[in-house]
Amino acid sequence: MTTTTATEPGYVPASESLSAVLAKGEPPPRPSALAASMAFGWRAMLKIKHVPEQLFDVTAFPIMMTLMFTYLLGGALAGSTGEYLTYVLPGILVMSVVMTTMYTGLAVNTDIEKGVFDRFRTLPIWRPAPMVGYLLGDAFRYTMASVTILVLGLIMGFRPEGGILGVLAGVGVLVVFSFAFSWLWTMFGLLLRSEKSVMGVSMMVLFPGTFLSNILVMPETMPGWLQGFVSVNPITHVAASVRGLMNGNLDPAELMWTGIASAVLIVVFGTLTMRLYNRK
Amino acid sequence: MVSEPTGLAIEATGLVKTFGDNRAVDGIDLAVPAGTVYGVLGPNGAGKTTAVKMLATLLRPDGGTATVFGHDIVGEADKVRGKVSMTGQYASVDEDLTGAENLTLLARLVGHRKPAARARAAELLEAFGLTEAAGRQVKKYSGGMRRRLDIAASIIKTPQVLFLDEPTTGLDPRSRNQVWDIVRIIVGQGTTVLLTTQYLDEADHLASRIAVIDHGKVIAEGTPGELKASVGAGSVHVRLRHADRRAEAEQLLNKILSVEVRLEPDPVALTARLSGTVSDAGAAEQAAKALTELAAAGITVDDFSLGQPSLDEVFMALTDRPATTQEESR
Ligand SMILES: Nc1ncnc2c1ncn2[C@@H]1O[C@H](COP(=O)(O)OP(=O)(O)O)[C@@H](O)[C@H]1O
Ligand SMILES: [Mg+2]
Repeated sequence: MTTTTATEPGYVPASESLSAVLAKGEPPPRPSALAASMAFGWRAMLKIKHVPEQLFDVTAFPIMMTLMFTYLLGGALAGSTGEYLTYVLPGILVMSVVMTTMYTGLAVNTDIEKGVFDRFRTLPIWRPAPMVGYLLGDAFRYTMASVTILVLGLIMGFRPEGGILGVLAGVGVLVVFSFAFSWLWTMFGLLLRSEKSVMGVSMMVLFPGTFLSNILVMPETMPGWLQGFVSVNPITHVAASVRGLMNGNLDPAELMWTGIASAVLIVVFGTLTMRLYNRK
Repeated sequence: MVSEPTGLAIEATGLVKTFGDNRAVDGIDLAVPAGTVYGVLGPNGAGKTTAVKMLATLLRPDGGTATVFGHDIVGEADKVRGKVSMTGQYASVDEDLTGAENLTLLARLVGHRKPAARARAAELLEAFGLTEAAGRQVKKYSGGMRRRLDIAASIIKTPQVLFLDEPTTGLDPRSRNQVWDIVRIIVGQGTTVLLTTQYLDEADHLASRIAVIDHGKVIAEGTPGELKASVGAGSVHVRLRHADRRAEAEQLLNKILSVEVRLEPDPVALTARLSGTVSDAGAAEQAAKALTELAAAGITVDDFSLGQPSLDEVFMALTDRPATTQEESR
């Protein structure tokens, strides 16, 4: 089964030392929900440390998207790339970060395949903690992606009217929404059999979800039936909120809709995720 | 309903788990005395992992009930989780992390703060001979080291019941012996161990009681000795000095023991399987009588032994087929 990849020194289990560690196995009080979640968040960070390749996805992909859309559509839609950047950069930010949320589903799915997940499930801890841990690790990625895009945007000529505070608030709103949205992926990660099917479903949701919104194009240019969909798409409200905060012209109603959408996502998909997790 | 502590660590009645049409566990009863090693023995696909996963609260039974120290595995799953620990058949540690990180993570999850968790991880690594490998990613560990880390992870908080699902499958003999030693030490400290295995000698060496399962059902249960007795009290093996006296010896043994005597490929060897109704003492007495009669008839015996039946023979007798399936290897 397993191949020997390291030479073993002649270990002989010693009764005294083993008995001594067993005797000290008196448990401390069980960890709080927060402590357990933080421990899992630490695990997610360790995984990034040991497998840094995964950060490529949250840096290279957003760079590509930003360059592609700004120069491809900028001239055609807004007359100039500079003007378009003000409109589209916050949108691209939302699109890239929302797209990276699907890695949560992949991470959950690959973990289930391995026995380590079974061990977590036999621990008497706050049940959602492993899931929250994934999401904490992901929040770090979302922040990375955001910083990458913003730096690139500034280089390309993006000058947010909202100032530093507006930009930070925009990123904050986006990270909160992405955290809520990720529960959809934890659910699919638990529900679907293979990594491939998680990928497939992610694409089915993310492509229409992000493109059929106000991210790239102002909805006024779309046919009426499409405007209907775009106006109820939560991504539209997130993009509008982030854009509003960064450009200093926030419509509070957009922020409210983003908040409501986040809460609904957490309640619905968080519940479904935990039900699947407990049933597994 | 209040369950009294009974001296039983695990009590299961009629446990069932089905996957589609497949009744993976088909009505299993178990009574595991506290403080002992209990062996669940069965070939690949018998339902061992499924049964253990139900007892460890990882799978919800489709029928039947089970308690761990009086706590229902469904209704009081969280209480059960506080008492049990499981080392799964496939490594239940994170391959991307180092050994130290794995144990530190789990120590934090049982409630230690980070510095205490680090210290606990370090002392466990030391006791399991993994200090040198502490900073290495687990994917670079050998099978035996991984197993030891896995068991160490299971005793970060000393469990009252430890489930070990095929702990030595795929290990080399030396690593297997290390695991056996570890199991003996753990049970010596009062933890009840439920161990599944495909290896008859493993159950025989470690367990004080064994349940033999096949196709999701318990087909025999008892101490290793009882299981052997249900097949036969053992065999008398005789080696003669002269091959030409074998026919005579065969007749004599047949008359005294009133059982069939088998002639071995070795021209001077004979084996007589004692009947199942004979007690251990009775078997010894019969064997002694046979030896005396052979001597009286002037047949020189070079070697003589009274062997207990192997658990392989037990499985053969219970299921009419060998215990091990072809595809697996040791
Ligand atoms: N998750 C599952 N889905 C479907 N069938 C399963 C699943 N787990 C186990 N089985 C089936 O249940 C039976 C018992 O499996 P298992 O408990 O793993 O046996 P063992 O551990 O004794 O080898 C096998 O036929 C196996 O194919
Ligand atoms: Mg198994």
